[in-house]
Amino acid sequence: MDTLSSLADGFLIALTWQNLLLALLGCFLGTVMGALPGLGPSNGVAILIPLAFTLGLGATPSLILLTSVYYGAMYGGRISSILLNIPGDEPAMMTCLDGYPMAQNGRAGEALSLSGIASFVGAFLATWGLVLLAPQLVKIALLFGPAEYFALFALAFATLGGVSSSNQAKSAFAAMLGLGLAMIGVDTQTGVPRLTFGEVHLYDGIDFLVAIVGLFALSEVFIFLEHRHGSAEADTRKVVIGRLTPAPGVLKACTPTMLRTSALGFVAGVLPGAGASLGSFISYSMEKRLVDRENTFGTGDPRGVTAPEAGNNAAAGGALVPMLSLGVPGSGTTAVLLAVLLSLNITPGPLLFANNPDVVWGLIAALFIANIMLLAMNIPMVGLFTRVLMVPPRILMPIVAMVSFVGIYGISGSSFDLLVMIGFGVAGWVLRKLDVPLVPIILGTLLGNTMENNLRRAVTISNGDWWTLVDSPLSITLWVIAFVGFILPLFVGRVIRARMHARRDEEGAISD
Amino acid sequence: MSDRIFGTFGLLLAGFYAWATLQIEESFLSDAVGPKAFPLIIASILALSSLAIILRPDEEPEWPALGRLAEIGAAIVVMILYAEFLPEIGFVIATALAATYLTWRLGTAPLQSVVVGAGTSLGIYTVFHLVLGLSLAKGPLGF
Repeated sequence: MDTLSSLADGFLIALTWQNLLLALLGCFLGTVMGALPGLGPSNGVAILIPLAFTLGLGATPSLILLTSVYYGAMYGGRISSILLNIPGDEPAMMTCLDGYPMAQNGRAGEALSLSGIASFVGAFLATWGLVLLAPQLVKIALLFGPAEYFALFALAFATLGGVSSSNQAKSAFAAMLGLGLAMIGVDTQTGVPRLTFGEVHLYDGIDFLVAIVGLFALSEVFIFLEHRHGSAEADTRKVVIGRLTPAPGVLKACTPTMLRTSALGFVAGVLPGAGASLGSFISYSMEKRLVDRENTFGTGDPRGVTAPEAGNNAAAGGALVPMLSLGVPGSGTTAVLLAVLLSLNITPGPLLFANNPDVVWGLIAALFIANIMLLAMNIPMVGLFTRVLMVPPRILMPIVAMVSFVGIYGISGSSFDLLVMIGFGVAGWVLRKLDVPLVPIILGTLLGNTMENNLRRAVTISNGDWWTLVDSPLSITLWVIAFVGFILPLFVGRVIRARMHARRDEEGAISD
Repeated sequence: MSDRIFGTFGLLLAGFYAWATLQIEESFLSDAVGPKAFPLIIASILALSSLAIILRPDEEPEWPALGRLAEIGAAIVVMILYAEFLPEIGFVIATALAATYLTWRLGTAPLQSVVVGAGTSLGIYTVFHLVLGLSLAKGPLGF
């Protein structure tokens, strides 16, 4: 019952006017960003970090704002999937399969409200899962020494490509690129400058916020310039919403689906290397096998809308578990949220629960509040969000670019950082063309120094004996999982990826 | 072919990274591992994965036509100019110009682009500077 009383304390923290307002703002912005094709949860949060940071918000308020954006984007992705058959972000890909046919049958409003309810159920149950599971994981994490942490980081990198990864060499390449960038700057242990080539601006290292905004947000602008699909697909089509409330019978039929897929999605979110996209994919496939007796999936079956939506929102909540309790994010957006924590000088991990319980529990309470706000916002106000979809990318993308510049300039006030950001934007575009994942780069720049410090601490403690890294059963287990996680996609990756993309081309978004 | 070039570039990068690491001057006070070991591990894994990319390249990505490539190049130049001139000419003017250019190149009619660009700039200025109090670059005209 410790947990419950901590949670109650969390609600006390979250229930201030400022925090409620921030949560409301975050939910709104998040839904809009999720709904707009080309802006997903990871780049949406990425653009807003520098802003939250320069506005001088405290740790808990900034986190509340940004996680509300995160949850909101997960809700919002479904809107364009259903109405336009264009996933607003990658996790919403599977929602197109049944959502768009429903809209074509004149049941768009029903599909929107059902998927809104499914999103709520998934996210709500997953937040409870977070409350119950995270403290348990913290107990395990407290047993970790430096060697185990080093192994854990290796595990995170090895599995980050995910089981759907088609080319592990490129994932490894990306991870090393990120780690390599993190090494730039003055060495924290001995004080010697490394890889700075005498450039004073580099002594502090490369700010990971600059890297994130460049890689995620600016590269998106280049993608749009390349295809010049600036004139929105949206403006020609007339969207008929229809009735908003689903028939009670439909809701009842969907309830078991929602509950099952929430559980499945949560597990997919917690496990390293799965994430929300995979969560919605396996949720949809499982439900298709289980309940699709009349072969109605894919033709506008309401259950086919609720399954992926509950799945991806539950996975979004689940992905917060390893991020908060171990400090090791399992998906793109949680990596971005980790960047938020780090730039606020908060180190996630087991000590976070002991040292900053106000932050953790305030955040969790805010998630519950955001969730209810999102449900309230998404059903009656869905018409408003559909109007946002009419903003064509040719106007939207320049705004994204300019807001990115504002955010980064606001932090440092230096043109040098802007140039570095443009460099990252171009690199991000080239790497995306070459199918190199960007998330490991981000994670590398974020975790590089901590990872190295753990390595050096472990080896120093054992007087220079490198075998200490594989000395305890715990670290051996972690290394084995890392190894298997890295090797496995070589065999199954192509199959899963082919299935996920069988019915849809990848459009716009980077990753969950 | 793209992947082969990319892998070769990766190998060169790894080599350069290792070379740059070896240039680090160690201080006389150092821990058992030192500042060079971890970067060297990174360089070697970078080299290995580059080799794997060269040996087993993916399918060729769809590169844009030369015209589109020039388009991206031009946008990069505009952004660099924006970064350089932002402190000189102030936020509102610089942003209006850059946003106008990008909007235009993404397929808006020229005159409309000017309106949208100016609107974007003033909108951001209002929200972030006047409402939220973020300090933006001040030009000679004070905005």
